[in-house]
Amino acid sequence: MGHLPGGRQSARRLRSFGAIDGSRSIARSVTERWPAEIGRTLVIMPAKDESATLPELLERLASVHPPSDTLVVDDGSNDATPVIARHAGCRVVSHAFNIGYGAALLTGYHYALRNDYSYIVQMDADGQHPPEAISNLLQPVFEDDADLVVGSRWLSPDTEPQGSLRRLAARGLAWMATLWTGQRITDPTSGFQAISPTALAHLCSDGFPEDYPDVDVLIGLHRSGIRLAEVPVTMAARANGSSMHAGLRVLYYFYRLAVCLLLLPVRRTSPYRSQRPRR
Amino acid sequence: MIALVQSSVPLLAPDLGRQKLVAIALAVGMLLIVLELVRRRKLREEYSVLWVITAVALLVVALNRAVLVWLTDLIGAAVLNSTLFFGGLLFLMLLCLQFSIRLSRLTYRVRNLTRRIALLEEERNKQQDDSQ
Repeated sequence: MGHLPGGRQSARRLRSFGAIDGSRSIARSVTERWPAEIGRTLVIMPAKDESATLPELLERLASVHPPSDTLVVDDGSNDATPVIARHAGCRVVSHAFNIGYGAALLTGYHYALRNDYSYIVQMDADGQHPPEAISNLLQPVFEDDADLVVGSRWLSPDTEPQGSLRRLAARGLAWMATLWTGQRITDPTSGFQAISPTALAHLCSDGFPEDYPDVDVLIGLHRSGIRLAEVPVTMAARANGSSMHAGLRVLYYFYRLAVCLLLLPVRRTSPYRSQRPRR
Repeated sequence: MIALVQSSVPLLAPDLGRQKLVAIALAVGMLLIVLELVRRRKLREEYSVLWVITAVALLVVALNRAVLVWLTDLIGAAVLNSTLFFGGLLFLMLLCLQFSIRLSRLTYRVRNLTRRIALLEEERNKQQDDSQ
């Protein structure tokens, strides 16, 4: 049966979703591999209905990072996503309902601040981002060469090919980010990022866009003095599910991006909420 | 009596140039106010879409009278003013519909959260009672 908390009933539930092989224990302690002097690192994984990809992904992640320092932010899943994550030994925060990818990331950031994590790696739960690349992502941050490191699929020759429309849009956004920041940025929409304490403080301070956080966040951080860097990462194709930019939402995405970039130099802090987490 | 009142009120001749200027000023003003509210983060981008579209449409119509004539012909109206009133009513209807949809979702979410908080409080109280 394996070593699953909750006993046979729990394992039966998981098998009914086809999500887990109950004969293996997923949670393994790897703290002996993690250099203690670097500081605590939290892996944040926003997830919604990812029970198909999550078990394998968490197993790969456990080989490079402790499950106890992995936070799965369940954004209103209707399947066994939070159960799978909890059984894998990860921390799980579940939103009452779906409030968006950016909101889930912000929940993760607040969790990191509340629990005294120094560094953050954020990655998607759909299997696109390879956990094995986390150490490459973190290295510039640990060596204090950058405050935020983006894993760029376009810098890697082995990345799964993308559609022509997507490539064109990606090039346009990359050109925009490069123009605004003055440094070459190839993948500003990548959700695979390593974040230093300095960058985390900026992200949590105000105005983090909770619907589509990407290009404008990077540009805003750069304007605040955050040092950006990119490393090549080989990304896989999405295993299942749909992109958050699919359908008519892409129209709103570009509208919102245009308004945010237009107002970026003069944007004020929000009068409605302080995003500083209460300790 | 009505004829007496009507005869005492002088009819003004429409000044198309001034009308155009006022319409352009209104459209630009509306656009600037909406962008300013978004800049101050008092208005979320998702709620600014309809306002921006309406302001841009008003600007286009103000700058090019032929568009207004074409729209009037399209909807089968007799006079240009009817098209403007129709557009205004349509905008208000869409705005109300957007808010109704949002309110419905918020109502569901607030009730759901209220229920969850109540259940969490009960669980916490139960744990406290068990530990004592």
